Amino acid sequence: MITVEHLTKRYGDYVAVDDVSFTSKPGRVTGFLGPNGAGKSTTMRIIAGLTPATSGTATVDGTAYRDMPNPATEVGVLLDASAQHAGRTGAEILRLSAMTLGVGKGRVEEMLDMVSLTPEESGRRVRNYSLGMRQRLGIANALLGNPRILILDEPANGLDPAGIHWMRTLLRDYADRGGTVLLSSHLLHEIEIIADDLVVIGHGRIVAQGTKEELLAGNGTRVRSLDDDALLRAMTAAGIVARPVAEGGFLADVAPEVIGRLAARVQIPLVELRPGDGANLEQMFLDLTAATARESTTTQGARP
Amino acid sequence: MTTTPTGTTPTGSGVHRPGIPLDRLVRVELRKLVDTRAGFWLIASIGIISLAVMIGILAGNRNNPENLNFGEFFGLMNIPTAIILPVMAILLVTGEWSQRTALTTFAMEPRRERVVLAKLAAAFIAAVGAVALSLVLGAVGNVIAGVVYSDPAGAWSMPVAGIVNSFVIQIFNLLLGFAFAALILNTPGAIVGYFALPTALSIVNELLPSFRDSVGEWIDSSLTQVPFQSGDWVGGGEWLRLIVSGIVWIGIPLTLGIMRILRTEIK
Repeated sequence: MITVEHLTKRYGDYVAVDDVSFTSKPGRVTGFLGPNGAGKSTTMRIIAGLTPATSGTATVDGTAYRDMPNPATEVGVLLDASAQHAGRTGAEILRLSAMTLGVGKGRVEEMLDMVSLTPEESGRRVRNYSLGMRQRLGIANALLGNPRILILDEPANGLDPAGIHWMRTLLRDYADRGGTVLLSSHLLHEIEIIADDLVVIGHGRIVAQGTKEELLAGNGTRVRSLDDDALLRAMTAAGIVARPVAEGGFLADVAPEVIGRLAARVQIPLVELRPGDGANLEQMFLDLTAATARESTTTQGARP
Repeated sequence: MTTTPTGTTPTGSGVHRPGIPLDRLVRVELRKLVDTRAGFWLIASIGIISLAVMIGILAGNRNNPENLNFGEFFGLMNIPTAIILPVMAILLVTGEWSQRTALTTFAMEPRRERVVLAKLAAAFIAAVGAVALSLVLGAVGNVIAGVVYSDPAGAWSMPVAGIVNSFVIQIFNLLLGFAFAALILNTPGAIVGYFALPTALSIVNELLPSFRDSVGEWIDSSLTQVPFQSGDWVGGGEWLRLIVSGIVWIGIPLTLGIMRILRTEIK
């Protein structure tokens, strides 16, 4: 379990991470979502002991990362797949890590096989790798010490759709066997597919967190009928708050089942009945992204 | 494409595992010296250039057999080595930043001072190896000289003090490079700093003799090394000057550099 409590990181006047608290639990994939420059990478580097926090704490199973005797055997970390020596071969990078961690050389072959890097590819120098291959190598490196916790920063970057599917299977399986996964992304769609829990961050602050279901589906019911006027009267009479939607029909603030029963009772034929779109999260995320995009001329390059 | 992660049991641990022994970190750092093409050829060039020096001495002194002795071979081979070893030490440190591997290295061993110590040990071992190689190749060259040329070629006159002095200079310059690298954490900057410093101090000493006679002779490491370029045992006063220049150009930058490495944010 990863526990982050009131974490703050300042660079002079700039607040990169602002009082961030969340947990990432065993058996679950926690998606850390936010636009570029929101503070995701900084938070992850603080958890991995690479960046000192200004205040607040980050612990892994109750221990600060720096106090773990051989941390990579407990926490697998992939912070930047491109941060590897361009002149080393993929296999050599894993061999160096295996030596450091004290795991056998056989483990290197095993991990290369798991991330589908062929012997020909792993014998190539990393300078000739695509971003997708670097991500696979980075994931192999993170899993090398057989950790029970994974911290992955934008691991789906550069992966093709098949690669994203492969990673989803891998992380799902890992979490289902009790592992803890914290992964970041700046793409809502990407993280929607993989994560169980979501932590949304913007401008260094957490703007929403909870299970994916809560955040994405907690938006009432979309309903459309052959007689919307009659339906609205019935809903109002039943004390249900419903507002009209531009494409026709309503967004009601109760579960679909309630509307279905009501419609059956008043005998209005429905043509559409489904949970709401999660428009709140999407809208919130778009606002965050738009705000960052406007500022990109000043923040680009200043912060990772 | 859809391989399942065999052999990965995320729940399997929980036992307190032992830390990473220092000798393992040293072996990793030694491996990093040679596991890239650039690193491999840099180390290999010590052997190749020493061999070239040996051939050059043998060919160039056909008519001067008095120049063909063990001390001469060993001494000349140490010159190129003294340039390459500090560069190697610089790259061992700055490479982690220029190639951004520090992110992985310090995620695996968050006690950064142990990584620095392992790098120092690896650089030291490489220096011992380089001096030993000069001794071996020097001996080979000398045997050839003794066989091919007439006396006094092939004389084994090599005072122990000469070997000790050479080793002291090699380690001194290696540490100087290491210290600059730790302070600057940037390959071109550290290399330029390492080579420009003695030149700059020499110029100052040339222009200001009063400076040389007061401070310069204590802090100019190219001056304080001069007594160690001979085959004689060096006296206490000369040792003291070398140590003072070492404190100024190794002790201070290395201390500040290690503090920087320990505290800096790794990106």
